[in-house]
Amino acid sequence: MLRKEVKMNKLNIILRGIVKDNPTFVLVLGMCPTLGTTTSAMNGMGMGVATMAVLTMSNMVISLIKNLIPDKVRIPAFIVVIASFVTVIQMLMQAFVPALYASLGVFIPLIVVNCIILGRAEAFASKNGVVDSIFDGIGIGIGFTLSLTVIGAVREMLGSGAIFGMPLGISDYMPLVFVLAPGGFFVLGYLMVLFNKFIKK
Amino acid sequence: MKSTLFNMVAVLFSITLIASAGVGAVNMITEDAIAEVNRQATVAAVANVLPAFEKNEMCTMNIDDMPINVYTAVDGSGAVVGYAVETMTMSGFSGKVRMMVGFAADGKILNVNVLEQSETPGLGTKMCDEGNVLLASVKDKNPADLILKVKKDGGDIDALTAATISSRAYAEAVARAYEAFKVASGAKDTADGVSGATAADESCDAQEGGENE
Repeated sequence: MLRKEVKMNKLNIILRGIVKDNPTFVLVLGMCPTLGTTTSAMNGMGMGVATMAVLTMSNMVISLIKNLIPDKVRIPAFIVVIASFVTVIQMLMQAFVPALYASLGVFIPLIVVNCIILGRAEAFASKNGVVDSIFDGIGIGIGFTLSLTVIGAVREMLGSGAIFGMPLGISDYMPLVFVLAPGGFFVLGYLMVLFNKFIKK
Repeated sequence: MKSTLFNMVAVLFSITLIASAGVGAVNMITEDAIAEVNRQATVAAVANVLPAFEKNEMCTMNIDDMPINVYTAVDGSGAVVGYAVETMTMSGFSGKVRMMVGFAADGKILNVNVLEQSETPGLGTKMCDEGNVLLASVKDKNPADLILKVKKDGGDIDALTAATISSRAYAEAVARAYEAFKVASGAKDTADGVSGATAADESCDAQEGGENE
């Protein structure tokens, strides 16, 4: 299995992150940020993009330093790398792209505790080369972004009758439960069923 | 790599050292830029709720254990054109709500701008919309003539549909802003005189604020 992964070409690595190893619907990782931030399509997308940036960079650095880290302390070492990246990205965004920070800022600290990042560091970046690890980060990141955007869009549509903040004009009184946490579980569950039914074919 | 006590300590030490040095370096680069961005955001927020002014002066006071910033805006001749009060409340549906409330020199509310909130999307978040019922109930009115409570609680503020808690928080924050306004405008009248009118916990530490066009 591992041999095969190493030989895969770059496009396959990206596609695998979106479909076969989709972090939300297949690996079921990072559920806390998933449920917390998908109250609207825009929020879901923001969280996805911010995660992708951190994931790509942490994968790159961890695959670079993987041979220097003793096995027993690899997890704390990875966490330090990830947390530093998150802090750096947060400060850079706040300083140079304040508009983006205003809309994504609240999600950035959440990325440290997102187990997708640590999961990919452990399962992929610590066993593969730098280039492959970067592509893995991009692929998983796109998969996460798409999943969160879809969940957010469905919840926003059902719960507040709008999509990406634009009202669809269906009704003023939509079932609000879909914007709140219980509806998040419903939407996530049904989308997971649909996704897995679709890719099993 | 095989783990020994020495290499574990050495590796973790160097990784944390490099990482913290990196974070520190980025902090040094971005510190000024972030402060500048925040300052501009405040200037924009003040300008948004007040008519054109020459410069403003900030002072901070504590009301109900919450820090409230008051920006006193003056025009070229030194006359006060209004007060922008950065007020807050912790009783929103999801906690903290921060707002900027603009008062004319006579106390009339010119505009209210919600700066930060985490209310329920589609319900409480309507407090940020242009011309929502909450804003309409206070805009261009003097809080002295109003009871700053939602109608359900016997006040004069129209509540947002299905967001009574968010509406109560809004009314509470505006009421707190008005308290701060009363202190600030009172302090201006007795600039060098006795400031006995202000309550003991409402100290006002003036400092120079931003300039405006």
